[in-house]
Amino acid sequence: MSAGEVGTVERAAVTGRVAARRARRRGLRDREWLWGYAMIAPLVLGLGVFYLWPVAQSVYYSFTEWTLFGDATWVGLRNYERLFADPANAKALKNTFLYGGLSLLGIPLSIGVAALLSTRGLKLVSFYRTLYFLPVVTMPAAVAMIWSWLYNGDYGLINYLLSLVGIRGTSWIANPSTALYAIVAVGIWTQIGYNAVIFMAGLQSIPDQLYEAAALDGAGRVRQFFKVTLPLLSPSVFFVSVLGVINGLQMFDLIYLLFRRGNPAREETQTVVSLFFTRAFEEGAKGYAAAMAVVLMVITLALTVVQFRMQKRWVHYA
Amino acid sequence: MTGKTWALVCAGALVAGLAGCSSSDGGASGGKVTLTYAYWDNENQGAAMTKIAQEFTRTHPNIEVKLQFTPNKEYWTKLQTAAAGGTAPDVFWMNGPRIGLYASQGALLPISDQVARDKVDMGKYPKSLVDLYTLDGKRYGIPKDFDTIGLWYNKDLFDAAKVKYPDASWTWDDVRAAAKRLTDPAKGVHGIGAMAWPQELYYNTIFQAGGYVISDDKKKSGYDDPATIEGLRFWKDLLDQKVSPTVQQMTDNDPIEMFKSGKLAMWYDGSYDAPQYARTEGLDADVAPLPAGPKGKATVIHGLANVIYAKTEHPREAWEFLKFLGSEQANKIQAESGAVIPAYEGLQDSWVKSMPELNLRAFIDQLPDARPYPVSKNTAAWSAPEVDAITKAFSDGQDVEAVAKQFAATMNAALSQEK
Repeated sequence: MSAGEVGTVERAAVTGRVAARRARRRGLRDREWLWGYAMIAPLVLGLGVFYLWPVAQSVYYSFTEWTLFGDATWVGLRNYERLFADPANAKALKNTFLYGGLSLLGIPLSIGVAALLSTRGLKLVSFYRTLYFLPVVTMPAAVAMIWSWLYNGDYGLINYLLSLVGIRGTSWIANPSTALYAIVAVGIWTQIGYNAVIFMAGLQSIPDQLYEAAALDGAGRVRQFFKVTLPLLSPSVFFVSVLGVINGLQMFDLIYLLFRRGNPAREETQTVVSLFFTRAFEEGAKGYAAAMAVVLMVITLALTVVQFRMQKRWVHYA
Repeated sequence: MTGKTWALVCAGALVAGLAGCSSSDGGASGGKVTLTYAYWDNENQGAAMTKIAQEFTRTHPNIEVKLQFTPNKEYWTKLQTAAAGGTAPDVFWMNGPRIGLYASQGALLPISDQVARDKVDMGKYPKSLVDLYTLDGKRYGIPKDFDTIGLWYNKDLFDAAKVKYPDASWTWDDVRAAAKRLTDPAKGVHGIGAMAWPQELYYNTIFQAGGYVISDDKKKSGYDDPATIEGLRFWKDLLDQKVSPTVQQMTDNDPIEMFKSGKLAMWYDGSYDAPQYARTEGLDADVAPLPAGPKGKATVIHGLANVIYAKTEHPREAWEFLKFLGSEQANKIQAESGAVIPAYEGLQDSWVKSMPELNLRAFIDQLPDARPYPVSKNTAAWSAPEVDAITKAFSDGQDVEAVAKQFAATMNAALSQEK
C-alpha cells in the first residue's frame, strides 16, 4: 500500500462524495428550475393572456375588415394601403412626433427643479416636493378641466394676467395655431414632478468626493455641473427620455378631453392614438384602426431601439 | 415597453373579445320572464321609464322589466360591444343616425309582421319618424318621442334694444337685422350664436335654402350643391359681421351657457332643451318657429324609437313590451314628465302645457314643415368628419364653398363604401 494508493482511495472517496453532493445539488437545481417557472407563471400567464395574445389578435385583425357586430373578413393588406394613403394619418403622426419631441423639453426643467429641491438646508422641502408631484397623481380629466379654464380666451386666468401687461391673449386651446403647444405645456407640467423624483435620486447617488476632487482641480460650479453632475446623471436622463418619448407617442387622454368635435383646433391636434380611437369607436372601422395600432407599435419599438443604441454615445454608468 | 403601450395597442382587439357583461338573464323561472330595457337619459326621463316599466308589469304579471341605464356618451360603445357578444338588451332606445347600421347588420328584429298582425296603427306617429325607422320596406321600431328646432330669444335683451320679438312671419333678413341691432360689444352681448352644430343650426338653414345633406337614394352628398352652401353661408355671414361670437369663443364657452347667461340674444335650439331654459334663474326667454329662408320654412325633426334586439331570447314578450311602449298610455306618462314630446298623436298638448310660460306650441306648429334628420346606413362614417369640416368652414379666413365642396368628396367616398 503506497501512499499514493491511499491517496487514490481517499481521492476516490472524496470524488464520490462530491459527485453525490453534485447529484443532490442537481436534483435541487432541477426543482429550482421548476419552482422558478412556478413563481413566474402568474406573471407569464397574465402577460400572455392580457397582453401578448391581444397583440397577436390586433395584428391579425389589422388584416381584416369588421362589420359592426364582429364578423371579420380577411382583406389582406388593404387596411395598410388605405392607411398610407390617408393624409390624416400623416398629420397625426407629425403631431405625435411633435408631442413626443417637445415633451423632451421637460427634462432640463425637471433637472432644474430636482437640483433646486436637493439644495442643502432648503426649508419646507417636503412641501415643495408634494407640490411638484401633485400633478402626477391628479386625474387627467381634472387636469384637463382646470387647464381648459386657465386657457379660456374670454375668462381665463392666463389671458387676465396677460391683459395686465397689455397683451391680448387668444383662445389657447381653440386656436389651431396655439392649441398643440398649449397641450405640450400641460404635458410637461404633469411630468415634471415624476421626472424630478428620478433626477433627485440620481443626484443623491453622486458621491461628494467627486465634487471635492473637481474643486481641488479648480473646476467652478458651472464646470462641475457639466463635467460631473450631468455625465453621472445621464442614466436617469436616458431613462426619463425613453419613457417620455413613449408617453408622448401615446398622447391621448388630454387630446380626447380637450379637443371635442366642434373645436376648430381638433384637426390640427390629433395624435395617432386619438385618431385610432375615432376610427375604431366612432366610425366603427376596427380593422383599419388595428392596422394603425400595429404601425404605431412598430414606430414606438423602432424609436426605443434607436434610443438604446444611441445611449452608448452619451450615457455614462458610474 | 410599458404595460400602457400594450394596453392601448390592444384596445381595439380587447373590446371585440369581451362579451358584454350585462345579458338578458333569460331563465324563465316559473313561467316568469325578465326583459332588459336600455336607455341613456336618466336625468330627464328615468322617472318616466320606471313608471312605464311598472305599469307594464302590472298588466303583464309574468313579464318583469329590468331597466339598464347607460350615460349617452358610452351608450353606443357598450351596446355595440354587447351586440357583438350576442348579449345586447332585449329592448332598447335607438336614434336616427344609428338605425341604418344596426338594421342593416341584422342586429334588430324586424317587426312588420307583428305590426300587421296586431293591427298597430302606425298612422298615430309622425310619418317622417315612422319612415326613419323603416329600412328596405321593413319596420324596425315604434317611435318614442320627437323633437324639432325653434328660435329661442332673450326677452330682456330684445326689450333693451327695442327690437320686436320674433314670430312666425320672420325670415332670414329679420334675423340678420335683429342680430345686428342686438349686438353690443361693450357688454359682450352678441345678437346670435353661429356654432357649427348640425341638428340645431346648419341642417335647418340648408333645408330653408332649398339644399340637402344627402340625396334621397342615400348615394350622394349635398355639400357641393349651391343651395346647401347658401344654407351654410347664412351662418358664415353672421360670423363675418361679428354679430356672433367666434367659433373659438363658443368652443371655450358653451353657447347654451352663453344664451342662459344673457350673452346671446338669439339661439337656435331643440325642444329637448326647453326644461333647462325654463329652469334658469334670471333668464326671461321664449321661443318662436324658425324663420323662413329663400325656399321657405323648414325644421329638422328627429325622434327616438324603441327597438327589439334580433337575438333576444324572448321575442314574443319583447314585442308585447314594445307595443306597450308605443301605446297611448305609455306616451301619456312621458308627456306628463315634460322631458320630451311624445310621439303618439294627440298627446303633444299635454307636453305644451307642461311649461305654460313658454310658447312650446311653436315646436308643434312647425310639424308640417319638418324635414327628417339626414341619415344613411353608416351615418357616423360621414357625420363625424362633417362636424370637423363645417367647424373649419365657419372659422376665420376660411372659404365656406371650398371647404363644403371638399367635404362633399369625403362624404361621397364614405357613402360609396356602404353596402
